[in-house]
Amino acid sequence: MESVFGLVGKDFAIVVADSSAVHSILVHKTNEDKIMVLDSHKLMGASGETGDRAQFTEYIQKNVALYQFRNGIPLTTSATANFTRGELATALRKNPYMVNIILAGYDKETGPSLYYIDYIASLHKLDKAAFGYGSYFALSMMDRHYRKDMTVEEAIELVDKCIVEIRSRLVVAPPNFVIKIVDKDGAREYAWRQSIKDGEVLAA
Amino acid sequence: MARYDRAITVFSPDGHLFQVEYALEAVRKGNAAVGVRGTDTIVLAVEKKSTPKLQDSRSVRKIVNLDDHIALACAGLKADARVLINRARIECQSYKLTIEDPVTVEYITRYIAGLQQKYTQSGGVRPFGLSTLIIGFDPHTGTPSLYQTDPSGTFSAWKANATGRNSNSIREFLEKNYKETSGQETLKLAIRALLEVVESGGKNIEVAVMTKEHGLKQLEEAEIDAIVAEIETEKAAAEAAKKAPSTRET
Repeated sequence: MESVFGLVGKDFAIVVADSSAVHSILVHKTNEDKIMVLDSHKLMGASGETGDRAQFTEYIQKNVALYQFRNGIPLTTSATANFTRGELATALRKNPYMVNIILAGYDKETGPSLYYIDYIASLHKLDKAAFGYGSYFALSMMDRHYRKDMTVEEAIELVDKCIVEIRSRLVVAPPNFVIKIVDKDGAREYAWRQSIKDGEVLAA
Repeated sequence: MARYDRAITVFSPDGHLFQVEYALEAVRKGNAAVGVRGTDTIVLAVEKKSTPKLQDSRSVRKIVNLDDHIALACAGLKADARVLINRARIECQSYKLTIEDPVTVEYITRYIAGLQQKYTQSGGVRPFGLSTLIIGFDPHTGTPSLYQTDPSGTFSAWKANATGRNSNSIREFLEKNYKETSGQETLKLAIRALLEVVESGGKNIEVAVMTKEHGLKQLEEAEIDAIVAEIETEKAAAEAAKKAPSTRET
């Protein structure tokens, strides 16, 4: 029931993920951040097995940092995507990581880019991508409304349309979403879309 | 004594490990390196032996960072240094991955010293021919630290230290002139210490300053030249003051 999706705009890329942490029929928390900031200009949104998700994204983050210390310059988004895919592929036939990843980054030379990496190590460079049951709705909305070189406002409008679809049409829809953006100024949290706040107490 | 210096794992009858001592000799031949710890700033300054005209000096960095908050300078065999630095960088990330916290300066120093010691107790290997100066801020308390390791694998913390060529003279200077400093004063003290044994000038010294907020900052040649000029004027003023105290008496 997890949803992660993303799209590329004029000179930025956006990744959106739901923020529910679920175990069987219990929702542990509704503000889990599933979009890891890999370095100053990269975002990795991941969905799947909770332990694998945290472990694998942190592993990638530390290796990205190590590369920068060793070489004095950061990895490109493309190199990071290929490295990540390589790690998934190596583990696949022994101990697969059950994680689906949307990797977004901004490189000075090539601008924003988005990569779709699934748990069996497929890699695709795309303008829009989505994972999970929410992808049926998000991809349809994006196919209908996405244009190249959208502004941030237009892109967020589209993101909100996707979130509305997911909330209204998915039977076990996640209530809250986090939106993160990466552009020339870096990777950062953009907004939350919350319909349930943690610790909310219903009036008597 | 010649029979006891071939293999690292053999003690001599009077308790020496000659290979380790020869490694220390290699360090003594390496470029001079100085580290000074201030209250909010830590400085590393390293002698730059003359760069060949055709060499791209940007590819020879003598002060490197191991993590966002830890830096290292060394004296001795630079190829050995590359290996140690690589292992230390991996350990910094690996530690962060398992512990969710950055390393402390003491931890990574202990790790590097431990590696250097391992190579004094194995067959068929030689020790790392370098001593390191490691600086950094504690990730939680923000206290600055300066540590030194050597080929034998010992390490200790220092307020200020030097290693490599003429390190004894530099250390003597530091012992005479050390006091608690901060910011620019720490930087000047480190450069003054190095200038005791190195020709003055921005192109003969590599200097880096670490602060808690900005991490490691490598100084440009122009900035170093400016500070060296400041130091020379201060020195000249001090000399002049020494020569003319009698004029004050009437």
